[in-house]
Amino acid sequence: MRNIWVIAKRELGSYFSSPVAYVFIVIFLVLCGFFTFMVGNFFARNEASLASFFIWHPWLFLFLVPAAGMRLWSEERRSGSIELLLTMPVTAWQAILGKFLAAWLFLGLALVLTFPIVVTVIYLGAPDIGVIVSGYIGSFLVMGTYLAISSMTSSVTRNQVVSFITSVVVCLFLILAGWPPVTNMVVTWAPAWLVEGVAAFSVIPHFDALQRGVLDLRDLVYSFSVIGFALFTTGVILRSRRA
Amino acid sequence: MIKAQNVVKWFGPTLAVDNVSFEVKRGEVLGFLGPNGAGKSTTMRIITGFIPPSRGRIEIDGHDIEEDGIAAKRLIGYLPENAPAYPEMSVAAFLMFVAEIRGLSGAAKREAVERVIKSCFLERVRHQPIETLSKGYRHRTCFAQSILHDPPVLVMDEPTDGLDPNQKHEVRQLIKSMGQNKAIIVSTHILEEVDAMCNRVIIIDRGRVVFNGGPDELRGRSDVAGAVTVRIRDRKGDEVRSVLGALPQVARVSVLGDGGALVRLFPKGDGAARGAFAAAVSDGLRGKGWAFDELHTESGELEEVFRAITQSDTVDGARKATGGGEAKSAAAA
Repeated sequence: MRNIWVIAKRELGSYFSSPVAYVFIVIFLVLCGFFTFMVGNFFARNEASLASFFIWHPWLFLFLVPAAGMRLWSEERRSGSIELLLTMPVTAWQAILGKFLAAWLFLGLALVLTFPIVVTVIYLGAPDIGVIVSGYIGSFLVMGTYLAISSMTSSVTRNQVVSFITSVVVCLFLILAGWPPVTNMVVTWAPAWLVEGVAAFSVIPHFDALQRGVLDLRDLVYSFSVIGFALFTTGVILRSRRA
Repeated sequence: MIKAQNVVKWFGPTLAVDNVSFEVKRGEVLGFLGPNGAGKSTTMRIITGFIPPSRGRIEIDGHDIEEDGIAAKRLIGYLPENAPAYPEMSVAAFLMFVAEIRGLSGAAKREAVERVIKSCFLERVRHQPIETLSKGYRHRTCFAQSILHDPPVLVMDEPTDGLDPNQKHEVRQLIKSMGQNKAIIVSTHILEEVDAMCNRVIIIDRGRVVFNGGPDELRGRSDVAGAVTVRIRDRKGDEVRSVLGALPQVARVSVLGDGGALVRLFPKGDGAARGAFAAAVSDGLRGKGWAFDELHTESGELEEVFRAITQSDTVDGARKATGGGEAKSAAAA
């Protein structure tokens, strides 16, 4: 545990000792605001809910999370510091988990900084706080899911661009597999069991449930099993590509 | 402390390390020599557990690096090639991180960091981000990292690379003094460093150990080892050659320069005869009544030996690589 924390602390420190973290947070907040108010018509809806805020998150994170996660391992590879890290008395697991948690905490911080919108909606009306909380949990889990995939793709290459693109593609699959416009189209020619089976891999149904305020154990299990699988794969890739 | 047994490493179809075995005890500084691409860095990465060997095993004080990696890695300080670090961190923050991950905390951590900042002359740059440092400072920062926890085993890949002559001297002194109670492996391709810090040398060529012994033994393999060089005043080279070549102990004479004739005399036989060779030559010169400015016994040139044993592209070189005794006579022939 101590090693995980030491690695996470270093990683977080690195985020904030370069301007990248601040730029990222600003872009994140600007885009969240833009989609909520301009595209989502927050005011015209005349509802005391944050639906127009959360609905964009899986799409927004599709680009922002890989941007934050693409350097996780590729940067270590490129600078050679991976050789230092993995010859220290820490297991690969501690290193993978430490770096992942640092990035997830960082993304969580960016998410927390969207609190003015919560204040706004509480000021304007009487929203269901429970739904907002479970909405945030849903967003945070989507972040973690995407981030674990970015960790996996960044362990393959020392090139951050390759890492970014691969991870966007994989995350896009996780969206489209269960996105109603796609599933509705596919269901006209494919058997329903197949469509549902593939859709079960998607983040969308799980995310939607949480947006409705339904905190189901299965949705948590989904997120953590994707995270677990992706981090496990990161470990396998790092092990096999040590050479 | 360090024990490598029949280590083999394949990278796909390429054989990078071919059946390397050696042992380094406490109090030894082992110089790891070899041409570029000979497998030095790969071997060091295997020793430190960064990459697994394809076959064979590494033991650090009895701990297998693959099976008992954490215990083994605790004992090792490692300076990788090109001295990597986290570029955005400051020197002090980076060393603090390494100290923490090495299990130090509180006062012990601060003390260790202060100690290496001092011994590696990093005082002036302690708050600077590593990416803004010159190569020498960056290198010393990584060097500092490797000795931070005072490990009993040190593995250093080109520790003096990129340093200026003063810094090189400092680092060599530091390694030499640490070598008294640690087991150290140092790779280099600067041969004078072998003299400056190592008490044993391994030469590795195309993944194989082609020499394993003391620096003196290595030098002894040189053609010129044991030969006597003299500078004789007011004589012609040819004249000197014919006169001295007639001495019973002299096998052959080569003229290095004319003017004040500079000649090199090679002894016949070896062993005891060689020991008295300089005396015999000087007696011969006195007998002729020739005045000489200089007379010394060559101890052999490392560079020459290095070239001779690592030219393994030839069949001859490959044969030399395997047999110790034969190699000696082959080099002399």
